[in-house]
Amino acid sequence: MSQAQRPLSPHIQVYKPQLTSVLSITHRATGLALAVGTLLLVWWLFAVAAGADAFAAAQSFWYSWIGRLLLLGWSWSLFFHLCNGIRHLCWDAGWGFELKTTYRSGWTVVVASIVLTLIAWIAGYWVRG
Amino acid sequence: MSEETRLRSPLGRALGLGSAKEGVAHWWAQRVTAVALVPLVLWFVAALVALTGADRSTVVAWLREPFPAIVTVLLLIAGLYHMSLGIQVVIEDYIHNEATKISAIVLNKLVAFAIAAAGIFAVLRIAFQG
Repeated sequence: MSQAQRPLSPHIQVYKPQLTSVLSITHRATGLALAVGTLLLVWWLFAVAAGADAFAAAQSFWYSWIGRLLLLGWSWSLFFHLCNGIRHLCWDAGWGFELKTTYRSGWTVVVASIVLTLIAWIAGYWVRG
Repeated sequence: MSEETRLRSPLGRALGLGSAKEGVAHWWAQRVTAVALVPLVLWFVAALVALTGADRSTVVAWLREPFPAIVTVLLLIAGLYHMSLGIQVVIEDYIHNEATKISAIVLNKLVAFAIAAAGIFAVLRIAFQG
């Protein structure tokens, strides 16, 4: 039952990063980022419920440069996780396992997440005037 | 199933370390919440974008309407459920000490419930009290 002589499978550090593996870990990273974002969403809902002072404090945070930077990161994380999540659902349905299709869907996710983020931010600035 | 086609070793059966038969439920719940979150998230982001620069009374008036209040509560339920399922997989992948792993999984579930309860409370308070 000695385990010392068992062959070990190579781990991630010996592989060259590929689109597929990078998007896979990015899906997990954006999911964790969204978990933190959810905490701040609930904090914002509490600020709305608490009254004018709390709301003003929350808004001044979100409109500050650090608040905007966090929102930019979270909005891209959200759109990436959404698009790549749909890609995962397609895989679950048995579609898109060809290597060529996997790369094409991967790049589609990257472009779509950036385009959707830009649309949301342009719309936000346009609404604010 | 005959004895020849059984793939688990006698030792594995004796140790009882096989499937707990709960993996499919976790996997399926992650997919169901994912599908639910697609329209919920798109709607919520669009609503927040429309509220950019709005004052408190506008936000309150928006959440006092039944549809936004109900959909925001649904978003919190589906989102935090999906979040706890996802974080559980991360815990199971990276924490190898059994006691720490189980503690982290339990804590993850309890925290998700608490955040969901807090968020729903805030929405209902806005919806009913303004």
